[in-house]
Amino acid sequence: MALRKVLGTETEFGITVLNQARFNPVVASSAVVNSYAGKHSRIQWSSDEESPGQDLRGVGVIEGPGVDFETGSVNTVLTNGARLYVDHAHPEYSSPECADPRTAALYDKAGEQVMVTAVEAAQRLLRPDERMVIHKNNTDGKGNSYGAHENYLIARSIPFGEIVKHLTAFFVTRQIFTGSGKIGSENGRPSVDYQITQRADFFEQEVGLETTLKRPIINTRDEPHADPSRYRRLHVIIGDANRSEMQTFLKLGTTALVLDAIEDGAFSDPIELVDPVHDVWSVSHDPTLGYAMETAGGGRRTALEIQWHYLEVIREYAGSRGVGPVWNQVLNEWEQILVDLETDPPLTADRLDWTAKLRILEGYRRRDGLTWGDPKLRLLDLQYHDVDPERGLYQRLVDRGAMRRLFDDHEVERAVAEPPEDTRAFFRGTCVRKYPEALVAANWDSLVFDVGEETLKRVPMMEPLKGTRRHVAKMLEASPTAATMIRALGGNDG
Amino acid sequence: MAEQERTQRSSDRSGDKSGQAEVETTGVAEDISERIDDLLDEIDTVLEENAEEFVKNYVQKGGQ
Repeated sequence: MALRKVLGTETEFGITVLNQARFNPVVASSAVVNSYAGKHSRIQWSSDEESPGQDLRGVGVIEGPGVDFETGSVNTVLTNGARLYVDHAHPEYSSPECADPRTAALYDKAGEQVMVTAVEAAQRLLRPDERMVIHKNNTDGKGNSYGAHENYLIARSIPFGEIVKHLTAFFVTRQIFTGSGKIGSENGRPSVDYQITQRADFFEQEVGLETTLKRPIINTRDEPHADPSRYRRLHVIIGDANRSEMQTFLKLGTTALVLDAIEDGAFSDPIELVDPVHDVWSVSHDPTLGYAMETAGGGRRTALEIQWHYLEVIREYAGSRGVGPVWNQVLNEWEQILVDLETDPPLTADRLDWTAKLRILEGYRRRDGLTWGDPKLRLLDLQYHDVDPERGLYQRLVDRGAMRRLFDDHEVERAVAEPPEDTRAFFRGTCVRKYPEALVAANWDSLVFDVGEETLKRVPMMEPLKGTRRHVAKMLEASPTAATMIRALGGNDG
Repeated sequence: MAEQERTQRSSDRSGDKSGQAEVETTGVAEDISERIDDLLDEIDTVLEENAEEFVKNYVQKGGQ
């Protein structure tokens, strides 16, 4: 139903400071966020979740804020519409809302660049012998995991049971092209030399609300940050943080298509797995892709076979309704990845982090005669994810032309500074850039301005596909100050 | 060159999605197998010095 699928990513980055005896990850994460914010914007993110049912195009200004500032936490909003903050003990970047998977992958990549800049700034607060290192990964290899989440806006009208029924086998099997690779196993799982994903070991139930303990394959968190009568936000916690642009694109694009097809009733009989949690581990633990999981109808199928089934259904679905070029690119890349994984997984080393990393590790094993337990291999595993453009091994591969890219550096730089144009993030990001003094707080579904009057002015943005360039660019261009903008929105009528 | 890139990017953002799918491969995908030793030599120069120490001290708080 939704050709323009609203989606985005949130990434908790690993953080450490070398040579710092009293390293405190919360303090270090705060330094990262504050250093970046100090350079770029100081606007607070507010945790206000109240949702008046007005949209940006209406007389969308409410007197008096009802804003609950997240005091004490470090939390800010960027000119590209993203949120940068400290979550638990990690710096986290939440991309702005995007309307297609290519744009969403671009803004995910922009988040890495934000971290690079933030670390450079935070480094100035450290002693000369101390060095901050940030990894875009999901585990420390010692049983501690942190997330890279995907968010998809879906219709409230779809029964959640339908989503669970059709999505579970997809999530279990998409790991073969969403994994970022990891040496060994964690969290009490059977021992393994190398596995496809960073996250699989941490999943312990099929459906549930938790995100930090007993993590579920399908998470039921239901905060749409939009009109709750129309939308649900599917909060996906089972993916890995990917460095590869193509991989992020594939992960988001295939999942969005499957969700669209579920919403439109394109799936008939679901593939039901007898023990999906166990299958999550087993698929990840078998880089030869030979593991075959038991299905409810009897018989065993491999992850590749199940992915071919999904692709087939989606191809037919997309063909019947016609989809744009970005979605066709998703379908073509999806098919090519399955063909290459089936032929010989190393063929995908120019697109997938887990095969790219494995190639490096195998190279070291051969050249230096290392065993899988060698600290040097563990270090390579970690350093693949270092966001530093010199030290990060992913970046070394990119610089050699060994990874296929979707974006050029200029496009990424632009996405660091400017919001996407076809969601409400355009309004948010443009207001951050244009009215930084008047904008006192922001969150996903509203902005709060102080325009020098008795009450603060709150602009609700309950429709993610409004507040776009098309909707508000002229109005913003004609408004040199926040006060004029608020008047243009009809604030005098309160 | 810069001008050309700017034109390219602005056409990307014009809302004409047909332009977007085309601008995909800026890096040249290539098989690195023949150059793997060369790659490892390069990685040697950027690898953190004390692997054992680095790995041992890399402890993160759990997150979501």
